[in-house]
Amino acid sequence: MPKLTIDGIEIEVEPGLTVLQAAERLGIEIPRFCYHDRLSIAGNCRMCLVEVSPGPPKPSASCALPVAEGMVVKTDSPMVRKGRKGVMEFLLINHPLDCPICDQGGECDLQDQAMLYGLDRGRYHEEKRAVLDKDLGPLVKTCMTRCIQCTRCVRFSAEVAGVPDLGAVGRGEHMEITTYVGKAVGSELSGNLVDLCPVGALTSKPYAFSSRPWELRKTESVDVFDAIGCNIRVDVRGRRVMRVLPRINEDVNEEWISDKSRHAVDGLMAQRLDTPLVRRGGKLAPATWNEAFSAIADKLKGMPAEKIAALAGDMADCESMLALKDLMTALGSHNLDCRQDGAGLDPAQRASYLFNSTIAGIDEADVLLIVGSNPRWEAAVLNARIRKRYLTGKLKIAVVGPRINLTYRYEHLGDGPETLSKLADGTHPFVATMKAAERPMMILGMGALARPDGAVVLGAARRLATAALLVRDGWNGFNVLHTAAARVGGLDVGFVPGSGGLDTGAILEGASSGKIGFVYLLGADEIDMARLGKAFVVYQGSHGDAGANRADVVLPGAAYTEKNATYVNMEGRVQSTRTAVFPPGEAREDWTVIRALSGVLGKPLPYDDDAQMRARLVAANGVFAGRGGAPKAAPWGGFGETGEMDPAPFVSPIGNFYMTDPISRASATMAECTSVFVMGRQAQGTGTHG
Amino acid sequence: MSTQSSTYVPQPLSFAFTPAYREKAAAAIAKYPEGRQASACMALLDLAQRQEGWLSRAAMDHVAETLGMPPIRVYEVATFYTMYVLQPIGKHHVQVCTNLPCWLRGSDEILRACKDALGVSPGETTSDGLFTVNEVECAGTCVNAPMIQVGDDTYEDLDYESAKKVLEALKRGEKPKVGSQTGRQCSCPAGGPTTLKKVPGADVKGGA
Repeated sequence: MPKLTIDGIEIEVEPGLTVLQAAERLGIEIPRFCYHDRLSIAGNCRMCLVEVSPGPPKPSASCALPVAEGMVVKTDSPMVRKGRKGVMEFLLINHPLDCPICDQGGECDLQDQAMLYGLDRGRYHEEKRAVLDKDLGPLVKTCMTRCIQCTRCVRFSAEVAGVPDLGAVGRGEHMEITTYVGKAVGSELSGNLVDLCPVGALTSKPYAFSSRPWELRKTESVDVFDAIGCNIRVDVRGRRVMRVLPRINEDVNEEWISDKSRHAVDGLMAQRLDTPLVRRGGKLAPATWNEAFSAIADKLKGMPAEKIAALAGDMADCESMLALKDLMTALGSHNLDCRQDGAGLDPAQRASYLFNSTIAGIDEADVLLIVGSNPRWEAAVLNARIRKRYLTGKLKIAVVGPRINLTYRYEHLGDGPETLSKLADGTHPFVATMKAAERPMMILGMGALARPDGAVVLGAARRLATAALLVRDGWNGFNVLHTAAARVGGLDVGFVPGSGGLDTGAILEGASSGKIGFVYLLGADEIDMARLGKAFVVYQGSHGDAGANRADVVLPGAAYTEKNATYVNMEGRVQSTRTAVFPPGEAREDWTVIRALSGVLGKPLPYDDDAQMRARLVAANGVFAGRGGAPKAAPWGGFGETGEMDPAPFVSPIGNFYMTDPISRASATMAECTSVFVMGRQAQGTGTHG
Repeated sequence: MSTQSSTYVPQPLSFAFTPAYREKAAAAIAKYPEGRQASACMALLDLAQRQEGWLSRAAMDHVAETLGMPPIRVYEVATFYTMYVLQPIGKHHVQVCTNLPCWLRGSDEILRACKDALGVSPGETTSDGLFTVNEVECAGTCVNAPMIQVGDDTYEDLDYESAKKVLEALKRGEKPKVGSQTGRQCSCPAGGPTTLKKVPGADVKGGA
């Protein structure tokens, strides 16, 4: 291991590291624009100059300089400072002085570093260059004259996003970052381009000119638009969520989030349920909480327990699901389900519904089989992680399911159950490949499980796990890829049919036939409302979507940015959202609504504050004690059913990445993304479009 | 100023190599090991330009597809090198070197000859579509400066008169003598040999 001295401090690091990385280990920050931890090294901005001896008597770019034995590095010598000042002066030659009207102002790398290395006046009196702006779609706004050509965006789109649309064309002074053909960047991760851009060349289009970073109140929270549980920061001004940015969590999302997580937040201000509603004369009319609760109480009076049912939606938090489950238990009903898509998951075996390898485990996997899933749309950030592993050349990927562009090459084994049966029997040649691998992984998607024969598919996958030796010492390669943030939490709190209880399919069946007379929808919007028949429907949630439209009583709840709530991600990691803003109008945190209703119904739940609620969660399932920590490995057992599988091919449940839930359906930005990326209608400039 | 998208160039809808060029392309690709086909990018772009006279978007896309590269990677290469021509040009691409050695030896006169013979300035194409004149950077024949390059041929040791003669000949559809226009061989001294006129120690007439 080479030993080198940086600013008089000796350090020993593994070979292959660059001087910049070694300095970072010592806490010495070297300014940079083009270098980024998660991208390949370009070495073109020259801001990271350091003085190195032995070596040529001139500064070297530390980001592209590998460490060597006996190196003596100075990161803050007069030569270094002079060199960086020179680089900064060159960078500023063509950079416009428009910080006052630039959205990056206040959080701009160039601005910050110009404070340290910039001259107080320019010596350049010739004409500056100006570059035409590019249309990169509805999310990324461009102001290309500000570009300093660090090429981070080019490398991100080619390496991380796997959508090589951006490039640097031309040379010298004429170099430009562009798609050349003027198309939108068709990636689900394009919002990250804005975070990566060290200057104001790429900024967020929906957020344009709306606020300054120092005006925002920042709250650390967790994303609920998919089941990854990306760590986010919610930036709020006044009562409005202005934007969502990723937080670094190496084990979950590294530092990326999907465009839906980032840009669907304008949906939080639209279609909100801000007062209780009661259906009178066929129309929903505003009511007080007491009126709404007594309408429910009247209906429930004398209703036999087996006619009562509850369904939880994809964004429900663990607290409210547990409270509702406790209430249903108190009412004597066992008809409850958190799997509104009818996924054939086995709640009794935790390992059967977790992403057991963990997301970070993808970095170790060497063979991956994806069954019935489109990770690119179901979990965009996770797909980027698969691609990252794929790019190392150490991951062999195969797919059973739809043939789609996943941004990496894979072997397509088949379309559906027929291939899965062969794999489960061990007669398919790919089983041998998995067996021979050191860290084989299977990802089982909702396209395979959310079907009437889901439990049988799960059984086949379980047999495949045995045949391919997916579970070995210290490694569990059996993974379920969820699409709903609430799903694992729901299964963990046991929001599933009790003994003799009905599941989603049976509840809907019962409601159509009249056997079920009362359905409580906790944010459940993805079911066929027509099948609820004549049942009395209570909808509790944040948005006026399909559920509220059908409901007889609407109870306004809080969205994920408005409550301190617990979510369990697909790995089984227990995380919390935090209140960034208060719920609008009369809306309240969801579990408190259920607690209040329980009092009116005469079955008060035994918890009155957050602490008691959380204690109840831990009592219900020990996994909730490990909040914030790494997910615990679940014991491996037998699960799934045997039987005949429907030969129909697996189809991903997500038809439109940009609209999957009540919040994103209410978002104007997501509507525009749908029109551009899904329908393929790219907005044309009108000439007055700014 | 902006390099691209500032001028509108009508683009053909499709491009495909003719069988002869396809063969050459295959030979270029075969020079590189499997999986490294992208290395043939510049060669294929050159072939496409030879076939069409210029590089259209469709041609670049075709090269990208042939080599399994993302199209943008091909655009990057094609826009980087000035020798790839991204808009239609005349039949003869008259490239006048105006770098230092040629300039010292009178490249201004050569440009004037182009203007007088063809009626166009650098960057322009004659109305009959026969000639496009451009100023280029060093084309590597400094010893015989000044020079112009037309297609693959160079015409060297020019002055106003000889340059005009070359252009007039091209205009008539003739093929002027390639190389030095003063008659010297390659880049030998202009007035004949100046050294090694005789073999030292032997009474033999020298000369190269």
